[in-house]
Amino acid sequence: MKLSEYKLERNAFGRLVAIGKDQIYESIIPVRAFPITAADEGIALVDGHGHEVTWIDNLVELPESERTLIEEELASREFMPEIKRIDKVSSFATPSTWQIQTNRGETSLILKGEEDIRRLSLATLLITDSHGIHFLIRDRLMLDHHSNRLLDRFL
Amino acid sequence: MHSNTSDLLHLVPTDFPSAWNRQIEPALINHEQVIAWLETDLDHQLHFSPGLIVLTTRRILGRMADNEHWQAWQYQQNMKLAYQDHAGICSIELSDTSARLARWHCTLSKQQVVDQLIIHFIRRINALDTQAVLPAGGAAEQASNNQNTAGNDDSEAAHAHDQEAISTPPSTWTLFRLWRFARPYKWQLFTGFMLMLGSTAAALVPPYLTMPLMDNVLIPYQNGHPIDVNLVIFYLSGLLGAAIVAWILGWARTYVLARISERIGADLRTTTYEHLLKLSQAYFGGKRTGDLMARIGAETDRINLFLSLNLLDFATDVLMIVLTVIILVSIDPWLALITLLPLPIIAWLIHLVRDRLRVGFEKTNRVWAEVNNVLADTLPGIRVVKAFAQEVREIERFRAVNQRNVEINDRVNKVWALFTPTVTLLTECGLLVVWIFGIWQVSQDHITVGVLTAFLAYIGRFYLRLDSMSRIVSATQKAAAGTKRIFDILDHVSSVPEPVKPVHLPAIKGHIELRNIGFRYGTRRVIQNFNFSIEPGEMIGLVGHSGSGKSTLINLICRFYDVTEGAILIDGIDIRSLPIADYRKHIGLVLQEPFLFFGTIAENIAYGKPDASRKEIIAAARAAHAHEFILRLPYGYDSLVGERGQALSGGERQRISIARALLIDPRILILDEATSSVDTQTEQEIQGALDNLVSGRTTLAIAHRLSTLQEANRLIVLDHGKIVETGNHAELMACQGHYYQLYQSQSRSSDNEESSIEPGNLSDIRGNRV
Repeated sequence: MKLSEYKLERNAFGRLVAIGKDQIYESIIPVRAFPITAADEGIALVDGHGHEVTWIDNLVELPESERTLIEEELASREFMPEIKRIDKVSSFATPSTWQIQTNRGETSLILKGEEDIRRLSLATLLITDSHGIHFLIRDRLMLDHHSNRLLDRFL
Repeated sequence: MHSNTSDLLHLVPTDFPSAWNRQIEPALINHEQVIAWLETDLDHQLHFSPGLIVLTTRRILGRMADNEHWQAWQYQQNMKLAYQDHAGICSIELSDTSARLARWHCTLSKQQVVDQLIIHFIRRINALDTQAVLPAGGAAEQASNNQNTAGNDDSEAAHAHDQEAISTPPSTWTLFRLWRFARPYKWQLFTGFMLMLGSTAAALVPPYLTMPLMDNVLIPYQNGHPIDVNLVIFYLSGLLGAAIVAWILGWARTYVLARISERIGADLRTTTYEHLLKLSQAYFGGKRTGDLMARIGAETDRINLFLSLNLLDFATDVLMIVLTVIILVSIDPWLALITLLPLPIIAWLIHLVRDRLRVGFEKTNRVWAEVNNVLADTLPGIRVVKAFAQEVREIERFRAVNQRNVEINDRVNKVWALFTPTVTLLTECGLLVVWIFGIWQVSQDHITVGVLTAFLAYIGRFYLRLDSMSRIVSATQKAAAGTKRIFDILDHVSSVPEPVKPVHLPAIKGHIELRNIGFRYGTRRVIQNFNFSIEPGEMIGLVGHSGSGKSTLINLICRFYDVTEGAILIDGIDIRSLPIADYRKHIGLVLQEPFLFFGTIAENIAYGKPDASRKEIIAAARAAHAHEFILRLPYGYDSLVGERGQALSGGERQRISIARALLIDPRILILDEATSSVDTQTEQEIQGALDNLVSGRTTLAIAHRLSTLQEANRLIVLDHGKIVETGNHAELMACQGHYYQLYQSQSRSSDNEESSIEPGNLSDIRGNRV
């Protein structure tokens, strides 16, 4: 199953549709296989029932128009703010409220316990707040000194 | 007489047990030769008592130690020698067709010799048929027998080694075994020691300076002389200088030595863990997780603390005392002698308490491990605890163990509490003696006031040191106990040893041969006389009641345990001659309860091949029918799964573990109840994954549901560790034996199951997650 066998379109309801030779898949959802470690590598298009329709090894391989379609769809579905700076934490004991700046603006999160900070790799951390929203710290070494010092108290 | 003995040397082999040599001599008649023997160690009432069974060229002889005479039987064609074992005891019976002739008993340690004896006996009886009892043949047999007994000795020695050493309270000498870990740091240690010497010496300067301060400044002033300011400045700057030097050297010493001890501790921990992971499955079966965790975690930490703090202090104290003694004696030998009088008493006291504390601390360690065990038992099984509403009971269990912990610590503390005040009392008494003797000496003008002041200043430090030194006793005992428990692990030789001369097999075809294997778990014989050969690519189903030895067989093939008899051969090579890790690389294992490590799904799939590319991981997941459900997870392959993969259903976890097995592309595949813990619908999904996995590989599958094994090329039906039937499904159904009965009873019960199944069982739990 190659993507070239399908034509990708957005229908009147704003949903993606994959049109194959003898079949039409509605409500196509693009899903990243490795959203954190390799976001652009491996994207599956799945139908409304969760079955895989086709597989894309890398977004770069796609023609411009389809790539934008998929990227738009992904952007509308993904919500994982990346923490850029930690301004203030209410206390070093959990639960603790953090004032943070993310790539999606300024906000605060409530950390329930240290175990909600998960180490994805040496420098990548995933923080789950009390509402289940995931905040990503892609590279903690890239954070400024102040944020790192605050963060360090929880690790 | 002389000639007689030389004759006898021919008749009785040289390695014949010497204790029996004199008894066997007169019993042998007509130049018969001793072929084999068995030293029994139990009498008829099963009391420990030596005995001997001897096979000669013509007869079988038996005698117990307390019997006067040998019993003997000529070989007869209808004679039988058989043995059976029960609860660790072998019973050997000699019988003919009409009656039992004799019976002997021995412990299982002799079991292999018993086997040999019976083989020799059967050979003799068979030889009666052909009437070809040649002396030369006898000699050859003798040689082979010798070899066999030698081999047995080896394996027995290995067994003995495998058993836990009988625990005795650890001696302080155990601590010296830590040298193995300290050796890499010996130069740093030497530097640290030198720093210690320097700092201790510097600390001893101030009391020495009180002497001239008193005699040359204060006393003359009292006698009307003015104070010599320059002299005062000189002495006081000496005091300050010594203090600063002591401070710098003390800091450097503590830093250097603490650094080393931290590294020694880390090495110790890693080495122990490394060794532990290489031990066989059998070791883990007999140990509790909490205990092992305590050993590697808490004990190494305790040793570390001992090395960095207590030992350092102790060494400083000893140095301090030695240097003080030297200084005191150099100032005034008599006063020094009086000062040192309480020292032997304190030393004796330390020795007295030491033994009690040693036993006490061993106990506290053990009870601490018990506390850990309760935690390790309960927390992983928390669902069961809650389901049966047994929280209160578990809390009670914890409380009880904790109470024991308190009690044992109380007992130790009682001894301990008395100890320190006693040392302090002795210190005060010692000071009193010095005062009395000192004042008397001053009044006699033997010493100056300055000397007495210096002495008192020194003694203050001196006894203070003795007091803190006494504290080392408990720390040493604790550390020694900890070291012993660590070395218990390190000294444990794996019962699945690495081969001395490993044979490397880069690629295997997957032919498995089980040649006459037997396995004994403790005293229980789990598998016996097992002969089977599996062709490459063949799928074998293992069928039988639980306890029939299916899982044991799998464990043997994986080499989690070693066979006690016979051999398992892969492509014609004994698996014991292959490096263990290399061998296991060829095996893919899918268990009933798939274990997922903490990490991402991708990491879990790539567990057996950490350098696998993302493409490979996805391909494996696809083949395992796991790809789609992984994509449905919020972070796809980057989703984290917990300790036991809490967020995934049983079927999902199982498919991840199938992907894990697929990724390493093993030639041999073992499915141990891979689909037993999931419902029938999930089973069908998994079955599709399994079919991908099985194709082209030598497969051994255990399954409770016989229906899942119908595609197997051959089925082996086991009962009590023996093969009772083999053949494919149709053949076995046709012969209406064991398998037929199993199948019938199962299809009956599954019919009932099917009708009573609830729709709720099949609902997807994923709703909870997204």
